[in-house]
Amino acid sequence: MPTFTVANENGIAVVTIDRAGEPVNTLSSAVSAEFAAVLDRLRDDGTVQGLVLLSGKPDSFIAGADIEEFTALRAQADAEALSRAGQQMMERIERFPKPIVAAVNGACLGGGFELALACHYRIATDHPKTQLGLPEVQLGIIPGAGGCVRLPRLVGARAALEMILAGKSERAGPAHRLGMVDEVVAPSILRAVSLAAARRLVNGGGAGRQRHAGLTGFLLDGNPLGRQLVYRAARRTLLRRTGGNYPAPLAALDVVRIGLEHGAAAGYLAEHRRFGELAVSDVSRKLVQIFFATTALKKDDGVPDGAVARPRPVARLGIVGAGFMGGGIAGTAVLNAEVDVRLKDADLPRVGRGLKAATAILDARLTRRRLTRAQHQRLTALLSGTTDFSGFSRTDLVIEAVFEDLAVKRAVLAAVEHEVRPETIIATNTSTIPIAQIAQGAARPERVLGMHFFSPVEKMPLLEVIPHAGTSADAIASAVRFGRRMGKTVITVADHPGFWVNRILTPYMNETGLLIEEGVPIALIDRTMTAFGFPVGPVALLDEVGLDVAQKASTVMHAAFGERFAPAGVVAVMVAADRLGRKNGRGFYRYRDGHKAGIDETIYGLLGRTPKEGASAAMIEQRLVYAMLNEAAMAYADGVLHSPRDGDIGAIFGIGFPPFRGGPLRMIDDRGAVRVVETLNLLQMEFGARFAPAPALIEMASTGHVYYPAG
Amino acid sequence: MAPPPHRPARRVAIVAGVRTPFAKSGTLFRDVSAVALARHAAKELLYRTELSGAEVDEIVFGQVVVSVLTPNVGREVSLLPQLPPSVPGYSLNRACASGAQAITNAADQIAQGHADVIIAGGVESLSDIPVLHSRRFAQILVDAGKAKSAGARLSAFGRVRPRDLIPVTPAISEPSTGESMGQSAEKMAKENGIGRFEQDRLALMSHQRAAAGTADGRLTAEIVPWFGGRGMDEVATSDNGIRADTSLEALQKLRPVFDRTYGSVTAGNASPLTDGAAAVLLMAEEKAAALGYEPLAYLRSYAVAAVDPGWQLLMGPVFAVPKALERAGIAWRELGLIEIHEAFAAQVLSNVQAWGSQAWADRLGLRAPVGEVNWDITNVMGGSIAIGHPFAATGARLVTTLANEMRRRDEQFGLISICAQGGMGFALVLERD
Repeated sequence: MPTFTVANENGIAVVTIDRAGEPVNTLSSAVSAEFAAVLDRLRDDGTVQGLVLLSGKPDSFIAGADIEEFTALRAQADAEALSRAGQQMMERIERFPKPIVAAVNGACLGGGFELALACHYRIATDHPKTQLGLPEVQLGIIPGAGGCVRLPRLVGARAALEMILAGKSERAGPAHRLGMVDEVVAPSILRAVSLAAARRLVNGGGAGRQRHAGLTGFLLDGNPLGRQLVYRAARRTLLRRTGGNYPAPLAALDVVRIGLEHGAAAGYLAEHRRFGELAVSDVSRKLVQIFFATTALKKDDGVPDGAVARPRPVARLGIVGAGFMGGGIAGTAVLNAEVDVRLKDADLPRVGRGLKAATAILDARLTRRRLTRAQHQRLTALLSGTTDFSGFSRTDLVIEAVFEDLAVKRAVLAAVEHEVRPETIIATNTSTIPIAQIAQGAARPERVLGMHFFSPVEKMPLLEVIPHAGTSADAIASAVRFGRRMGKTVITVADHPGFWVNRILTPYMNETGLLIEEGVPIALIDRTMTAFGFPVGPVALLDEVGLDVAQKASTVMHAAFGERFAPAGVVAVMVAADRLGRKNGRGFYRYRDGHKAGIDETIYGLLGRTPKEGASAAMIEQRLVYAMLNEAAMAYADGVLHSPRDGDIGAIFGIGFPPFRGGPLRMIDDRGAVRVVETLNLLQMEFGARFAPAPALIEMASTGHVYYPAG
Repeated sequence: MAPPPHRPARRVAIVAGVRTPFAKSGTLFRDVSAVALARHAAKELLYRTELSGAEVDEIVFGQVVVSVLTPNVGREVSLLPQLPPSVPGYSLNRACASGAQAITNAADQIAQGHADVIIAGGVESLSDIPVLHSRRFAQILVDAGKAKSAGARLSAFGRVRPRDLIPVTPAISEPSTGESMGQSAEKMAKENGIGRFEQDRLALMSHQRAAAGTADGRLTAEIVPWFGGRGMDEVATSDNGIRADTSLEALQKLRPVFDRTYGSVTAGNASPLTDGAAAVLLMAEEKAAALGYEPLAYLRSYAVAAVDPGWQLLMGPVFAVPKALERAGIAWRELGLIEIHEAFAAQVLSNVQAWGSQAWADRLGLRAPVGEVNWDITNVMGGSIAIGHPFAATGARLVTTLANEMRRRDEQFGLISICAQGGMGFALVLERD
């Protein structure tokens, strides 16, 4: 099947791109070659005066370059050549003797947008799926087919950098305001308007619209001096945001600068060179692996191998417990899954506060114009609350989010079972209590499972789904799919204490506590770990989680795993001093109006310590990271995970483990089990048995086994 | 052509009813639109009855003072995400009987076999009323809008006089006579010889009974909580106009409003301006049975009447009630419970007086008076004076309150009487098996 079909409509060739058997259009070498042949033919066809390029897919124009193709590259020279070929392709389009109109409906990203940029006129639809942008830096590379050169020329340095450096995409409206497209139309008239535009261009009229830069535009984009300011500001922001761990945005900044200051040819040269370097870099490899892993996870229902699941679609959700968690789950479910949510708690003011928390999530979207007023009204109408179980009989899924107490959770489960239909799935949101214990005594334990959300629910991207031994495949798949509809990355983990994320987080947090007790400056600890690549340092994270919550969790983990998990005393000291973290404005940090306002040094007084100078950042990093790596190996050996992929994705999305390091298990592979064991042995000698290497690691060190055998 | 197949009328079940708290205008709901109130009531009705929105065939809502921006509140309710988009909705205005009219319109549709399940109700927000420009200023705006040049636009605005800018708020008065509702009540009190003391005594009873119904939960059972305040944690579960602590002495101290010298109608013996919504779930009898609902009651009959608004404005019920009883085929003495809408104590007492009088019976062409009101079975949880009167919501509240109480007391027949603007009266008879 050809990817391109051509229809001649009174002198305008409508070229439709539609990759057979693929859900979306992507640009591969084969597709490019075919397109080149089509262009040759149309150039020589005397009956054709202009072209319109359309997609045959319902909601994708061209979603980007074929990622598989570029990940297959091993040599830098090959990557450079691929980029060079892309550039040449786009140059052919740009210099094509007949006008080409890009008629964009659906995703127009990466290589797809670079292609549109090379066309002579761009029309985008106002369809919500229509997105235009250059997300390459998210995969550790830069636009390699002229995008770094053409976009700044079209929209100015500032707007182009904002798009490229953050890998952002825009809907048609904002894209039009920025000058990325020439017109925005309804999907129903895209073809007709594009044909008319092509005819107009053939007749020499109405090329792309002129952007009015305005005074600021002229001062910053329109002259070299202003642009120097822009470049400098962008670099500063980038270094702060990436900690220097991600080279791609900095490379893109260089290429954009060269393209604007030294001419397009120099820009293209820099572009394919830097693309070549980055495409085979370790960081890019890691980011691409994560991309593939999350893509694969989106198709994984988390059911045991061989089991067949009939997932139940969830249209109505019941939530018991209208606290911060319940409210967050409610708002996120309404926002992303558009389900009917019934929120129940024991008294009406609590229900009201939960509804308020849920509504606030929607209100924030309205303020940021992510929702229209009509959408906001519709979504808020999906929220309701009650103190009885009215409205629960028709729910498909009930999530219990009451406080962490086994007896209470069991009582709630019994009450819910009494109210709902036999097929309703019942999930418990817990971070510490074994699901099997909660499900014990349930009338239908097969429909009970855990859904561990992270706080704040609307912001944290991960969800752990935890079946107990008796949970049915149907229930697992239903919960996993619903979690995805809520916008979460979902991993299914076994019913072990702490599940996955808290299991590997607890030793890391304990070690942090021990460092503080030793007098290691808090600022140094947090600085070291953000430099390692975590978005927040562990001390700040303790404040976010809440010291009381951390204490409760570490107590449970200590009971389950013994001495290795002995909690650091500092947490108890903090709780006793009513310093619970951000939630009450007093933690290791001070807070003013909800913002961090410096470290509260009085903790050293409470501990009877003085901060000690000269602690080694390398040692801090080693202790914290290896505590986590070692526990990750133990948890994996315990069968907590289906696959190393789930564990690494869980650590990245649940804890913020640095994506460019690929996740804790990937990191063990990278360092090699032998070295990891050696390091742990050294740590064990100096700091004690909690660093004793996991038996699984010792075995891997001797057998040479790795988590990712394929690389 | 073959005659259409005969379809016997079907019995209509009142399955359930709910309402928001009724709140004095400008208080609890001052920032809430009528649409939001109506949607809240309808949505909670669905949850309380565990009914699937897919079962609903139609939404009918009454509203008297209609928002210019959302003139069809019924359609706004039917666009609730809990209902499929295929459910239509419309709005109507039978003044203070709008809620009752919505219910009987729905019942007629069900009886005809055109629908099986309808949510009918009413809503009023007097906190959310349209404020209009003066006629002259509105005309100037229209002219300016049509102006073809800047000069013409300017000259249009040049005609504006300061007094044109005074906004116009809709008054609660009769368009045909210009008489306010209170003036009409005052006139009725005088013509029918209804004294101040009797009026205040009725008002006191209304408050005391409503307070008792609130305290023992019978009245609040029909109320769905409203989550108000910035934190949504100021939750209202009862009506805010009910004064448990009021006394005859306190009521007697109030000054008459409409005739300060010789009048007897005060703020204390009239219903207050109120915001609120009420919704009732109606089903064909067999549909209710099929879905497993046990109806509270059934609609037996209804009747509407009207009088010359220039005469005694609120005497419509005197004519409507005997008609409804006749259609129901029952006698007054068979009624186990009666709900009379209390627009004004003077109006209630005038209606009651007329039902009991032979002179009125002659006038109505009846052999004997309609009936003597027994207050032991009438307005047993108080009435609109205490509970409040969001115009179009009242009819739906009365049906809900009566149906619930008929079930509690296991009464077979109940009557509702509502007076309405424009000289209209509305009566319904409910029955139980």
